[in-house]
Amino acid sequence: MADHSKSSPLRTYFGVWIALLVGTFVTYEAAFIDLGRYNAIVALTIATIKALIVALFFMHLRHAHERLLKLVVIATVFFLFILIALSMADYGTRDMPVAPAAFAILRWS
Amino acid sequence: MSDSTVVGLHHEEQHRPEKLHHFAEPEQQRDAASFGMWIFLATEVMFFGGLFLAYLIYRRLYFPDFGAASKSINATLGATNTAVLICSSLTVVLAIWGAQTARRSLMIGSLVLTMLFGLVFLGIKGVEYKDKFDEHHVPGASFSFDHVPIPSHPDQYANPRHAEIFFALYFIMTGLHALHMVIGLGIFTWLLFMAWKGRFTPEYHTPLEVGGLYWHFVDIVWIYLFPLLYLIDRHP
Repeated sequence: MADHSKSSPLRTYFGVWIALLVGTFVTYEAAFIDLGRYNAIVALTIATIKALIVALFFMHLRHAHERLLKLVVIATVFFLFILIALSMADYGTRDMPVAPAAFAILRWS
Repeated sequence: MSDSTVVGLHHEEQHRPEKLHHFAEPEQQRDAASFGMWIFLATEVMFFGGLFLAYLIYRRLYFPDFGAASKSINATLGATNTAVLICSSLTVVLAIWGAQTARRSLMIGSLVLTMLFGLVFLGIKGVEYKDKFDEHHVPGASFSFDHVPIPSHPDQYANPRHAEIFFALYFIMTGLHALHMVIGLGIFTWLLFMAWKGRFTPEYHTPLEVGGLYWHFVDIVWIYLFPLLYLIDRHP
């Protein structure tokens, strides 16, 4: 890791820091604007980008060469994805908790 | 391996006791330590992942009540805490860079700043918890959430039992996260002590890197907790 040029890590770190703060600010402000169902998508997309740049640059995954490490990280995300995707697909296709008309009004109004 | 190489290794080990016998190169030892922490973080992802899943299921089920409950927690404090943790992650990488470039003051100062940011985070959390306690939003016998309007339908009131589920998840998830912060502060106290003793050099600062990985993970968990818990349905 000490092989990389000494000046560029600092610029990268401060750039990532600014990006994270900007992302937080945008998330916060966007929450108060009515985007319908896209509020959650915007917030979680920004959160995922923030998590990604923390993992890639602060946790130095960007410069990791070991294939085993990359495998472990990708597998972790993959298993989390299965956990959430399949469980939500299960609940999402079950009987609705209240009558369909009432449920539709609750969900999409 | 020739005899001279083996002798050379033993000479190094007298100067650097942290080089362990079963590793061929310092690089390999460092990579193994980092890999071990990543494996642990994988288990932590599953640990928090289960709670996130429970949250997602109940949020989907009781969205309007969750919206009402979420509105009652302080999003400004939550956003501030997010910024605090982001700054602490920066100071962590600065500490490691300080070790890499033999800048002792920067390394130690950054470690101290990291811990200060962590304490600020916990302090703000304490303020939030106290607010919830005062408003009787802590699940249990004294919980009350009557006549709180649903954000998108102000003429309807939230179901207190469903709101109580939100608050249970809020306290469990942020509480578990705060516990991880406390453990992180303990780890960094030890790292600060070792840094102060001069144990870290540009060649060896593996505990800093490994502790940093843990700290960044705790930051990432909060990066997801903040929008999910605090910003459900904030637009009037």
